[in-house]
Amino acid sequence: MTDISADHSGDPRIETCPDCAERTVMIYPKFERVWHWSQAGSIMVLFFTGLGMNGIHHVLSFEMAVKLHTLTALALLLLWLFATFWLFTTGNWKVFTPRILGMFAVARYYAFGVFKGEHHPYQKNLSQRLNPLQALAYGALKAFIFPLVWGTGLLYLTYNFWETVPNAPLWLEIIANLHLAVAYFVAGFVILHIYLLTIGHKFRDGVRPMVTGKETVALTPEQEAYLERHEPWRLVD
Amino acid sequence: MRIWGVGPAVLAIGFGLAGIAAPALAQDAAAPQISESTADHSKFKELQRVFTSGPEVTEACLSCHTEASKQMMHSIHYKWEFENPTTGQMLGKSHVLNSFCGNVASNEARCTSCHAGYGWTDMSQPPPADETRVDCLVCHDNSGQYTKLDTGAGHPPLEAKGKTITGADAWAVDLKEAAQSVGLPTRENCGGCHFYGGGGDNVKHGDLSSALYHPTKEVDVHMAEDGLNFTCETCHVSDKHVFAGSRYDVKAMDTEGTGMPGMRRDVATCESCHGDTPHDMLTLTGIKLNDHADRVACQTCHIPEFARGGVATKTRWDWSTAGKMDENGHPLHINGYTQGNGKELHTYLATKGDFEYGEDVVPYYSWFNGQVEYTLSDQTIDPTQVVDINKIEGSADDGRSRIWPFKRMDGRQAYDSVLNRLVYSNVWGPTTDTAFWTNFDWAKAIDAGMKAAGAEYSGQYGFVDTHMYWPITHMVAPASDALDCAECHAKDGRLANLAGFYMPGRNPTSWGGLIGMAVLLTMAAGVAVHGALRVMIRGKGGKHD
Repeated sequence: MTDISADHSGDPRIETCPDCAERTVMIYPKFERVWHWSQAGSIMVLFFTGLGMNGIHHVLSFEMAVKLHTLTALALLLLWLFATFWLFTTGNWKVFTPRILGMFAVARYYAFGVFKGEHHPYQKNLSQRLNPLQALAYGALKAFIFPLVWGTGLLYLTYNFWETVPNAPLWLEIIANLHLAVAYFVAGFVILHIYLLTIGHKFRDGVRPMVTGKETVALTPEQEAYLERHEPWRLVD
Repeated sequence: MRIWGVGPAVLAIGFGLAGIAAPALAQDAAAPQISESTADHSKFKELQRVFTSGPEVTEACLSCHTEASKQMMHSIHYKWEFENPTTGQMLGKSHVLNSFCGNVASNEARCTSCHAGYGWTDMSQPPPADETRVDCLVCHDNSGQYTKLDTGAGHPPLEAKGKTITGADAWAVDLKEAAQSVGLPTRENCGGCHFYGGGGDNVKHGDLSSALYHPTKEVDVHMAEDGLNFTCETCHVSDKHVFAGSRYDVKAMDTEGTGMPGMRRDVATCESCHGDTPHDMLTLTGIKLNDHADRVACQTCHIPEFARGGVATKTRWDWSTAGKMDENGHPLHINGYTQGNGKELHTYLATKGDFEYGEDVVPYYSWFNGQVEYTLSDQTIDPTQVVDINKIEGSADDGRSRIWPFKRMDGRQAYDSVLNRLVYSNVWGPTTDTAFWTNFDWAKAIDAGMKAAGAEYSGQYGFVDTHMYWPITHMVAPASDALDCAECHAKDGRLANLAGFYMPGRNPTSWGGLIGMAVLLTMAAGVAVHGALRVMIRGKGGKHD
């Protein structure tokens, strides 16, 4: 998202950054927001049509459910291709690298601190907008869960091209069941994801940055100077 | 058909030119209808005479068509015999047992009334070898008034006495008119026998009934007169009087498709016209449906029900209850079923037992590779089980089976209770003291049937439940009436009895589904508990910074 240095030369667990200035910055540029919301919408469509195909509900005909599911999945795959390209060319993939440092503090906060009204131990900053636990969760989602869903999904979809391999019906059954199980997990993740928006701030305040792209974060003087010089458009206020 | 279609265009051109070429118009209007055939048989001297028997007509035919009888006599229509090339079983009407009237042996003149020949009165002998005994007219009469007597071993009625093979009161057939009318077979020719198999309209097949003489598009999209107007032969192509489309050796999967133009004379498959990817490859649904074609027969989706069009089919025949008399000592008969076209049908006959019927019947589905193994009279059966008269071969994993629709006939019929074999029985014979329909005595009827067939019989009989399978392939519905996906892709759908393959949508609680639901519920419950604790303990959560 930005070429700004991630170097804090300090401990990211530290809640306050004495030199930092609170600035409203463009934290999620347009592509990232489009990506997020179309992915969210697609996952909802996929989940709904998937449930329909499995006979959990009968709101859509089977034919319509298959059609929507397949087209949405293909569209989402295309989006993922773009997003992955974007992540790697911009270096943004780094925000998803899991880091041990600070993870315990965040975990402890969700397990205990939140009940006592403690402050969230992680301060969002421009280069590391995900807390260590989020980075681990999203990283795992991107590295394992999503590939498992679309991998099994593509194999499922292309069954007619490999149905001649030995025991193909058994493999199809395994693939279809894996696809289904992991899809339910993704649905669980969505619930968790939405729930966490209610922690530490109002739900609305949690959602707003992903709508407007803007969020107030603490900037070190070096970051502020860098943005003013190289990416002034990010500094909204 | 095509010639009729051109007619109005010719007329329109004629009128269009009227102003500048009046003589041409007069000529066009006077032009005779051009015959589709290159021969008008009414002009043939050989046929301008009185005929007094069927064989006399055949003799006249053979004076020009010198090889026709030789071709016919090699066909199953004449031999009633078919050696299955795979199983080696000797099949055909002259050998097999079924769950309807049972068998031909000992019932000849009644059963051979539908033989494409004249005077085959003994099943233990081959059909008549005399070339004039081939019945040309039953297939080629286009006068519409040729028929066969129901008990005449293939001969036509020459006086208004008795019944015809369709059960109508007989009339005196005009052989001369029939001979002069000959042409390609119409559906009336084929239907006269094939629509009435098993002793009545649509009794046997379920998908072949008199409703196909003049069907609507809904009943048969190919044969509708206001549509494609196919005859039987449009699909059942022939070569040397041998027709494609065997029920004994079915082409259950056709990967060859349409072949080169005009080449395929060997199959009556859907694919031979429609190809093997018949659905629109530019739509997702079309692609997905084409994906089905290697595992699901076209008929399975495109014949959603059989016995459509108002003519019921017999679905159960229980011979064991036959023989009841009414209070006056006369054979009992009950009409307990009125079919769609208003006709009343017997549900009990002293001669035949109890019947059940069905219309718009949902087929029975099975994997089918085209092989059918018959339970012949020398095979041991297990009378504690339902006996398959003809076992449908095939499975999900043999690579050459597809899911096919069948009419599954429920029967209860006689068997040898000591040798555990199906038995032949003599049912027809108005002047015999053995025929069941005359004497109502099973012991004599079975004994006579077994003797006629030359089969060993212990003298003890019982009744056994049977299933007989009839592949469904006629009465193709318009595409808009094809089966909805969810008819099969659902819990307890139409294919619920088929196993050995994975089919999406039929098991919402598969292991993947259950694990997934458990994980989802655990996560949701975790969130709920977490949220509830926050509300209880703090009233609200902490804050960022």
